[in-house]
Amino acid sequence: MTNHVQPLTTRGWVPSPRAIAIAGGVLGVAAFWSTIPPFTARSPVVPIVIGVLAVAAGIWATTRGARRIGIGAIAAGVIGIGLGVVATRSSSSNLNTVFTADLIAQILAFATPLTFGALGGMVSERSGVVNVGLEGMMLMGAFWGVYVADKSGSWAVGILGAMVAGGLFALIHAVWSIHFRADQIISGMAINFLALGVTGYFFEQLYGQQNIPSGVSTVPNVRLPVISRWHFLGPAIGNLNLLIWVGILLVPLSYVILFKTPIGLRVRACGEHPRAADTVGIDVYKVRYAAVTTSGMLAALGGAFLSIGYLGGSFTENMTEGRGFIALAAMIFGNWRPFGAWGAALLFGFSTALAYRLPVYSGSAATLFQTLPYVLTLIAVAGVIGRSVPPAADGRPYVKQ
Amino acid sequence: MSQAAPTANVPPEQEPSTNFTVKLGIAQRAGGAVVPVMTGVLAFLAGGIVVAATGHNPWTAYKGIWQGAGFNWLFHIPWNTNTINLSAFNLSQTLLLTTTLILCGLAVAFPFRCGLFNIGGQGQYLVGLVVANWVGVSFASWPTLPHVLLGIFAAAAAGAVWAGIAGFLKATTGAHEVISTIMLNWIAIWGAQYLFGQGGPLQNTYNPAAPESGTVVQSAKIPVFWGSSALQGTDVGFFVALAMLVVFWLILNRTTLGYEVRATGFNPDAAAYGGINVRNKYIQAMAISGAFAGLAGALDMLGYLFQFGVLDVQASQIGFLGIAVALLGRNTAVGTGIAAFLFGGLLYGTTRGLNPNVFDPGLAGNLTSMIQGLIVLFVGADILILYVWNSRRKLKRRVAPA
Repeated sequence: MTNHVQPLTTRGWVPSPRAIAIAGGVLGVAAFWSTIPPFTARSPVVPIVIGVLAVAAGIWATTRGARRIGIGAIAAGVIGIGLGVVATRSSSSNLNTVFTADLIAQILAFATPLTFGALGGMVSERSGVVNVGLEGMMLMGAFWGVYVADKSGSWAVGILGAMVAGGLFALIHAVWSIHFRADQIISGMAINFLALGVTGYFFEQLYGQQNIPSGVSTVPNVRLPVISRWHFLGPAIGNLNLLIWVGILLVPLSYVILFKTPIGLRVRACGEHPRAADTVGIDVYKVRYAAVTTSGMLAALGGAFLSIGYLGGSFTENMTEGRGFIALAAMIFGNWRPFGAWGAALLFGFSTALAYRLPVYSGSAATLFQTLPYVLTLIAVAGVIGRSVPPAADGRPYVKQ
Repeated sequence: MSQAAPTANVPPEQEPSTNFTVKLGIAQRAGGAVVPVMTGVLAFLAGGIVVAATGHNPWTAYKGIWQGAGFNWLFHIPWNTNTINLSAFNLSQTLLLTTTLILCGLAVAFPFRCGLFNIGGQGQYLVGLVVANWVGVSFASWPTLPHVLLGIFAAAAAGAVWAGIAGFLKATTGAHEVISTIMLNWIAIWGAQYLFGQGGPLQNTYNPAAPESGTVVQSAKIPVFWGSSALQGTDVGFFVALAMLVVFWLILNRTTLGYEVRATGFNPDAAAYGGINVRNKYIQAMAISGAFAGLAGALDMLGYLFQFGVLDVQASQIGFLGIAVALLGRNTAVGTGIAAFLFGGLLYGTTRGLNPNVFDPGLAGNLTSMIQGLIVLFVGADILILYVWNSRRKLKRRVAPA
């Protein structure tokens, strides 16, 4: 595991290995970034030089304690060089259709449901309840969000409806995992199947062969007053959906709540050592119920973003198409931490966005890009690069004495 | 992943019925049928309530599904095996799905007995499907028997490798098999879409616009024993699946491997202390499980699908249904067989078999997902089922003296 005790020698003018490693990671991204608009370096030397610096920083950091981030920097450098060189070889016009300012907007849009889902999963798992039912809770949010928005005529009520629906399904999972002490994975999978059936059934029942009528009240975009007129940032972040901003703001918020407040401490205590938490007077059951229900509401927000946010008032059967599982992957890849989960969600959003744009180069291979989140998560749980470690009591029912 | 634990958690307060509770406990441990039967009944009841609440007649709906599954044929004695007869045809289609579900159920049940939860049946099934398709489209000059056998063995091996990855990771790094099988599922789902999609290596050669695989050649098709091969008759793969139920039972109960697998499932620490190589058991159990699922893919591809498209990959859910089959069947051979038949009927009876004038198949198909979810949910809480069962008896006793 990472050595948190820093050697005294790094105190002086030499920055800490951790900082170097992070800088290396940034350089790795820069290696690739230098070759695409707005910079568009045409010589392969540029990404290679920057990438080599990134790898060097990574190695330096790795050998001096910051092993986990260091290896990440190395990987970033290598990937940055590879992608950068490929990018310099292809024509400028292709690059312009793939890497534009609204790629940023698209990454953020793709990352948002994953962010909500991953944060939700994190809250639940930090309290000690495994949540593989994120997909189902998200799907519930997607359908009931658009349904309530359609019937009430207000997107705000729609979001409320989504959160109630997701919260109710999470409550089932909570009762099963906490009181019935059922296998939490079985109960989570049941939630997924059930949500697929319930949303599909009611969609068919309530809307029949027609789709959701057009003109459903949808979550508005936030037009930033000054930035939206800027050159690159304008199209990138100047006009994003409200829920995207909510998702981004939730990341630091959940970090503060989970790691800097007594509430967060209680939640984490229940996930790491419920008996100890019980001994000091924390009601483990109550905390877990609250956490799981919150988790369902967050996941449902992610679903609502799909139906009444990004896709502008629509629903199709099985609309989430595995996004709940990618959210689960993002949470694991981010090591059950808010910023880690968000970073992973952005990375996975990036890979999805690229998969949508890469057909310019090759139609079929772009599909393969969609597997990237899963491959990376597989590597992360296998522990090749800094092992992902779940909370100690994750998945274990607690029996009060 | 507790198998025997639930009985210990039953509230022990009712003293007069101790005898009954003990008996129930024994029945539980022996893989009793009380919980699965009650689970099924409760799930269908709950489904019926939803149907009634949305303004449909549950009785007509379930009757339509029953007939759509062809189950009514079983009660029309003497049996008319000609598949021009609608109910016979429906039943032959139900048997096709039963074949797949038996194997996908075994793919979940086998590692369950080793204490592993294989959620990756869908991915392993798809890998089998893809490999069988590749074999079935290539080697056109081969005679039938070796061609079919090659397809089946290659697909089973591919499934074994795919699931084996999860077992290997569990054994070497301790990565939780649930997470790795979920990830492997989605890699397989996207991978299959890549392979069959436009420009993919396994796309058909005759229509570059269609994102579909090539068609399996005649020599690789498994012979049909019921119905016409032109109308998707039931192929002999059904008997292969039945044989696999026996193989499953034999491996678990009559071999050293099975003993070690079960010992690991009961208590890995005790098994390790007893000299069993637990890590190897994890890998072997997952590989065998993947072979079952891969075989399911091969039998489907060479038995009646012959071709698969990107949209089919996206719509396919049958590997996930294996979870419900195995749980309802309590991870035993007989139970899995019966549950697979039930779900096969439910699946066909709510989709293509269902008469649209009786009940909307759009609703019915989702009813299947709902019942599937409820069954998994109720199996997960067998404490609840036992509690309901016990309180029903208590209620009876309370009523009787009054």
